Amino acid sequence: MTGSVGPYFGASVPRREDRRLLMGAGEFVADVRLPDMVDAVFLRSPVAHGRVVGLDVSAALELDGVLGVYTAADLDGLVESFTRPFYKSIDPEVVSRSGLQIAPYRADLLAKDRVIRLDEPLAVVVARDRYVAEDALERIVLDIEPLPVVADVEAALAPDAPEINPDVPGNVHARFKITVGQPDRALADSPHRLTESIKCGRSVGSPIETRGVVARPDQGRGTLTVWANNQRPHLLRTYIAEMLGMAEDHIRVIAPDIGGSFGGGIYAEEILIAAVARDLGRPIRWIEDRRENLGNARHSRDQIHRVEVGFDDEGRILVLKDWFALDCGAYNPFAITIPYNTASHMRNQFDIVHFESEAVCVATNKLQNTPVRGAGRLAAVFVMDRIVDLVADALGMDPVDVRRRNLISGDLMPYDMGMLYRDGAPIVYDTGDFAEQFERLLTAVDLDGFRRQQAQLKAAGRMVGIGFSSHVEGSGYGPYEGAKIRVDNSGHVIVHTGTSTHGQSHETTLAQVCADSLGVHLDDVTVRFGDTDLISHGGGTFASRVAVTGGSAVHMAAELVKEKVISIAARMLEANPEDLEVVGGQVYPRGAPDVALSLAEIAQASAPGGSAAKFGLEPGLEEQSFFVPPTVVFASGSHAAIVEVDPEIGVVDLLRYVVVDECGRAINPMVVDGQQHGGVAHGVGNALLEEMIYDSEGQLLTGTFMDYLLPSATDIPRIEVHHQEFPTELNPIGVKGVGEGATSSAPAAVASAIVDALRPLRIQLNELPVSPARLLRLIGEARQVSTSSF
Amino acid sequence: MIQALDNLGPDAKILAGGQSLVPLLSFRLARPKVIIDINRVPDLGYVRREGDLVRLGALTRHRDVELDPDLGSVCPMISDAMTVLGHVAIRNRGTVGGSLAHADPSAEWPALALALDAACTLIGRSGSRTLPARSLFQGFMTTAIGPGEMLAEVRFRLPPPGSGSAFVEVARRHGDFAQAGAGVILTVEGVQITHARIALLGLGSTPLRASAAEEALVGERPSEGLFASIAGLAAESMEPFDDVHASSEYKRQVGTVVVRRALTSALARSQVVR
Amino acid sequence: MIDRAIVTVRVNGVTWSGETEVRVTLADFLRDRLGLTGTHLGCEHGVCGSCTVLVDGHSVRSCLMLAIQADGSAVETVEGLATPEGGLDPIQQAFSRHHALQCGFCTPGFLMTVKEYLAERPGGGESEIRERLSGNLCRCTGYQNIVDAVGELVGKESA
Repeated sequence: MTGSVGPYFGASVPRREDRRLLMGAGEFVADVRLPDMVDAVFLRSPVAHGRVVGLDVSAALELDGVLGVYTAADLDGLVESFTRPFYKSIDPEVVSRSGLQIAPYRADLLAKDRVIRLDEPLAVVVARDRYVAEDALERIVLDIEPLPVVADVEAALAPDAPEINPDVPGNVHARFKITVGQPDRALADSPHRLTESIKCGRSVGSPIETRGVVARPDQGRGTLTVWANNQRPHLLRTYIAEMLGMAEDHIRVIAPDIGGSFGGGIYAEEILIAAVARDLGRPIRWIEDRRENLGNARHSRDQIHRVEVGFDDEGRILVLKDWFALDCGAYNPFAITIPYNTASHMRNQFDIVHFESEAVCVATNKLQNTPVRGAGRLAAVFVMDRIVDLVADALGMDPVDVRRRNLISGDLMPYDMGMLYRDGAPIVYDTGDFAEQFERLLTAVDLDGFRRQQAQLKAAGRMVGIGFSSHVEGSGYGPYEGAKIRVDNSGHVIVHTGTSTHGQSHETTLAQVCADSLGVHLDDVTVRFGDTDLISHGGGTFASRVAVTGGSAVHMAAELVKEKVISIAARMLEANPEDLEVVGGQVYPRGAPDVALSLAEIAQASAPGGSAAKFGLEPGLEEQSFFVPPTVVFASGSHAAIVEVDPEIGVVDLLRYVVVDECGRAINPMVVDGQQHGGVAHGVGNALLEEMIYDSEGQLLTGTFMDYLLPSATDIPRIEVHHQEFPTELNPIGVKGVGEGATSSAPAAVASAIVDALRPLRIQLNELPVSPARLLRLIGEARQVSTSSF
Repeated sequence: MIQALDNLGPDAKILAGGQSLVPLLSFRLARPKVIIDINRVPDLGYVRREGDLVRLGALTRHRDVELDPDLGSVCPMISDAMTVLGHVAIRNRGTVGGSLAHADPSAEWPALALALDAACTLIGRSGSRTLPARSLFQGFMTTAIGPGEMLAEVRFRLPPPGSGSAFVEVARRHGDFAQAGAGVILTVEGVQITHARIALLGLGSTPLRASAAEEALVGERPSEGLFASIAGLAAESMEPFDDVHASSEYKRQVGTVVVRRALTSALARSQVVR
Repeated sequence: MIDRAIVTVRVNGVTWSGETEVRVTLADFLRDRLGLTGTHLGCEHGVCGSCTVLVDGHSVRSCLMLAIQADGSAVETVEGLATPEGGLDPIQQAFSRHHALQCGFCTPGFLMTVKEYLAERPGGGESEIRERLSGNLCRCTGYQNIVDAVGELVGKESA
């Protein structure tokens, strides 16, 4: 591998991460081994809503091997509760323009008198190993008086609904309304109108690794080291510090290798394990099992939309009004992140001038609704793409033509959406050409060829169809990301950044950026992250942000290092800095590589008191840079799915899937394509298989992998990825994010394809997931309608 | 071993492949006081063929049945079923006897045993006894295996020469438990069906035989139309229940379809005369 | 009283003998007693396949086996694939070439599944490969690159 030369940006270089992961030598949180380490498990509420009458842990304490049991009463003076949502504040302009009303977020780490969701933690048991800890759990006597369960949005909003949380009056966590243009007037003036109810079921992140925390206290020094598979180590550190009453600097949070995340947050368990470890003076490990993960982490989607659409004879959508309710669960730690994403992305690639989005985040006795890959955008895309199909159906038009008619074309860029993004900046699509993107997709998929084939296949009784989806994705969210780059005495370049990767190949892609920006061989760069000791401030990995924010920070810091390298080299070589270049770790005047100085030599010279000191420069060869994005940058994509439906059993087979993706400049095309594949697969899961179901008593019906169905290799087709590239001016490297867009489009494309496959039967497919049972019912309903119309 | 079974009574669970028992232990849903691991008992796993009689030891791994060069060609219903029974890693450990004793109505072996008119040999302190598969399954995941008894062998006669057989199931993903499935054997002599077996999985609290449908097939001339109406008749034997994945109506609808498709497939295979 | 038993097992060519609680799974035993943390736990009920190891050459979900059941057997885990000097084996190399892993958590399970599959000298195409891999869940890659890696390996086997 040595000797490979740049440019690396844009090259599909193999990954650094692979070696240790392939050897089974990765260190995931459950792999952390500390002497004296013990295990913790949680006692969780068996009911969704109840009053705690009694909690007797004495029998558990008596079990040999149990070190301690903590209940809510034990936390007084040990650790605080959550008292604010997981980010600083909502932009005041966003608040005022949307008329936002939001209930305060407060959550105790362990429930005391009341439980308001299934699995709510009531106690922590610490024992010599997990087997004994679970034995101890069984000895705890818990007496809960069940209270009426608020099982869904409808129940929550009913006039006589029981109030779940006194902090959340009327079971409404938040509501807002955004109005662009004159939607009511436009609706009244529209030649045609339609209304529809569209629903996305609840689905979950479910990475293959479950959550875990290892907390190691150093009682001598009063410090704490916490390993957690958390997307935001610095934020977690801040929370632990505040809630445990410790100095931030006395806490080190390490996010080791992470087995996928797909959505984050700061969890009660992470804070509790830290607090309990500190109190007990022992390293404590908590690794959740899959049932806990499915019941306690990363629930998302679960939105019901009611849309009113106004359109003309040509299929131009003139106005869209959307009222939606998001089943937010018992708590709302993410304020309006998801519904605001839905509102911001609803019109997606379409030129719709009059728009209204009214959102209600409803409290129910379920797990909180938090961002999962796609985060509110999936529902927006599904709703918008269904509308395209519905408009086409109403007019007897081809949905392809309706889509074309409404896409924002390149000449309209930059396109102002007339509303603010969550960060307070106006939503303006900076670069792109959606119309061209769609045409490229149609060519790639050979639409005309497919239609001919489809006609023949349908004549032979095979129900094949094609569906489309278009999305935009606001990516590269702030507030910032940082990179600190140092050149050591051997000339090796070390990059420290505040992200935390969980599969996105940052060790490789950020090294590529650094290598190019500084002018070194890729092999001479090491990237480290996921550790609060590495850099003072870090944003973390979420919202498809690292290529943009991390990549930019790395680039900026690398440029600063390069500047200093040149500055030192210029003096050492007595040359003009303008004439110097850095290539492959060597600095020399253009055209005179024979007098080159190596980066190692420059680094050594730059040591305090070294030969560069006489030039009056600050010692050291280390620079730090923070990139604060002006706002999000909009990536986009167009998808086509080709399916075959078995109408007798409702089973859908995906035959082909084509993506045209626009993510600005791609740092590593292989990595980008991998993100597309994974994103599409996740979306297909959401489309056909995944549903997190609670019953009317708030009991979880899908608590194992037998019931919560992740897609397997036989469920996902080959995914063909094509690229459009519109570099952006909003960051110094011209990239856009790529992690989530594909997920948001796949369900819409698949649903649309199913509808197309079953034509001329008119399926009312407005709910995800499309399970075979649901599809068979829809087919039956459509048949009844068609027979009765004769 | 029989001693061990006998002495420890109903608080003992037999561990064979472990693919059903170990998850129950992990979930703490099963709490036996003693586990009797029979994996090392000699001569409990075998695939033996004596003429048209096939004998499978209780400890025979599904994978060994799947890979048996003989069984798959003479009775493709069995190899069809093996390819959808979980995944290779499950089939490497899971056993025929374990599957039958666990008696999950959505599992493949209980239905296969019914379709094949298999006889099950149980051993215990008082010796051995044999009962037909249809007497083995008594209720939802409940068998006639008494305390102190263990399933030792299952045997069946291969379908008559020239028969066709097929196994069709519908599951949410490849290898998942069936939502509905059918194992079918058809013997056609001349233009008439002379022998028919239709066993159903996922369509009741036990595996089922669609006996009325089987009787209605005998003496008839095979055709798509016949199969469609027979499938409808078979639906009347189905007693599916709702679960998180599908309603009973859906399962019955799909059950009808799999019966029809299995009949069609069995017929196609039966026309190859050996 | 939880019983204990002696287990003697040959893991990646090295024999280990010692006492374990009877109720400990093979997965926990490999990870916690032998420190071989390359085998991962994704569900502990036999669905995700992350815990797949080879026992006497056969793929097994180590979360569905009690450690004592492996007594006397040869177990291969992901740690045994590379050479002692750290040279990646052909399966590992193919996975890297094809970007067949992202977070890497499910990867050891896939590698062992593929090892068993290749030993059968399969000739199958994409759909056979997908079917064989369908017992291992991945949330990151969408499977395509894994399928391609295996396809390349199958091609080499039959060459």
